[in-house]
Amino acid sequence: MEVKNANAAMLSNYEVFKLLTDLKEQRKDAGKSKHSLGQQDLNTIMYETLKYLSKTPCSRQSPEIVREFLTTMMPQKLTKAVSKKSNLNIALISFQMVEESEERLTEEQIEELIQTVAGVLPGDPEQENAAAADAEMNGGAEQS
Amino acid sequence: MFVLVEMVDTVRIPPWCFHRQLNEAVAEELNKKLANKVVFNVGLCICLYDITKLEDSYIFPGDGASHTKVHFRFVVFHPFLEEILVGKIKYCSQEGVHVTMGFFDDILIPPESLQQPAKFDEAEQVWLWEYETDEGAHDLYMDQGEEIRFRVTDEVFVDTSPTGPAAATPDNAAQPGQSTAAPAEESTEKKEAPYTLIGTICEPGLGLLSWWNN
Repeated sequence: MEVKNANAAMLSNYEVFKLLTDLKEQRKDAGKSKHSLGQQDLNTIMYETLKYLSKTPCSRQSPEIVREFLTTMMPQKLTKAVSKKSNLNIALISFQMVEESEERLTEEQIEELIQTVAGVLPGDPEQENAAAADAEMNGGAEQS
Repeated sequence: MFVLVEMVDTVRIPPWCFHRQLNEAVAEELNKKLANKVVFNVGLCICLYDITKLEDSYIFPGDGASHTKVHFRFVVFHPFLEEILVGKIKYCSQEGVHVTMGFFDDILIPPESLQQPAKFDEAEQVWLWEYETDEGAHDLYMDQGEEIRFRVTDEVFVDTSPTGPAAATPDNAAQPGQSTAAPAEESTEKKEAPYTLIGTICEPGLGLLSWWNN
């Protein structure tokens, strides 16, 4: 076996969540084969990963929210694709601290988070994560 | 957290699976081979994303199965350095706090990366953060099962491919009558995790989620 490219693309949690739920549906229809010995590893990893991801905000996302988030992030001077994805994941984590009522509210929170991140630092993913962590703490404090 | 890895491999389809669609049979074989396994210097493989190219299938003399070279992409768990993740505390030991994410277990937060000052409570086998406020010191325990937010600082890949008989200890080789004892001893040795993550919570916002929720 040969690894051609160990980092071909990054996947957001939402993409993996969608892929696994689709795969689960497919296997449910297939029936017998999923219980054979060789499939146990796949069943285990799928179950555990779905369990983990369903507890994160990505389970409540949709392609539209993701697309909108990325288009609003585009004007920001983020040099690495990594920072966009990490900010997506972190922005989604920060929603856990916000009492969600309607979709409109979460979009406003996205804007607020973006402003905070963009206002604080240049495109360094390490510092952006720290800024996002601070922003979410402040966001949490304001909300309660 | 997850990346897409492009790989190439030769997949063997046994004759009794010839009635199936080649794509499906190949996908099943790839998942069977790689799902929930760690690839050295790549990460923990989750599931197949898609097949990019299927080359011609060949049947070799002596084996009725077909061999197909497949180019495919696999979803792999490989957090980048400095990424912030959320997991659950599995248990605490002298080595630090062991965190699990359900599908991935080998995450360690060493004592020096805990919120300082930290202390290990021998009686309860739990690490705690001695948090000072104006009112006095609070001991914040890091209990089992608690959700914890940490930053990835390092990753360690260990090649756990089987080593040949040459790796057997010299004194066992000198006593051929005792050779059956050697495999039993090796199996009681601690198994190294092929992929370990080292984390830190020594920053504002990191640590138990309950510490930062109001």
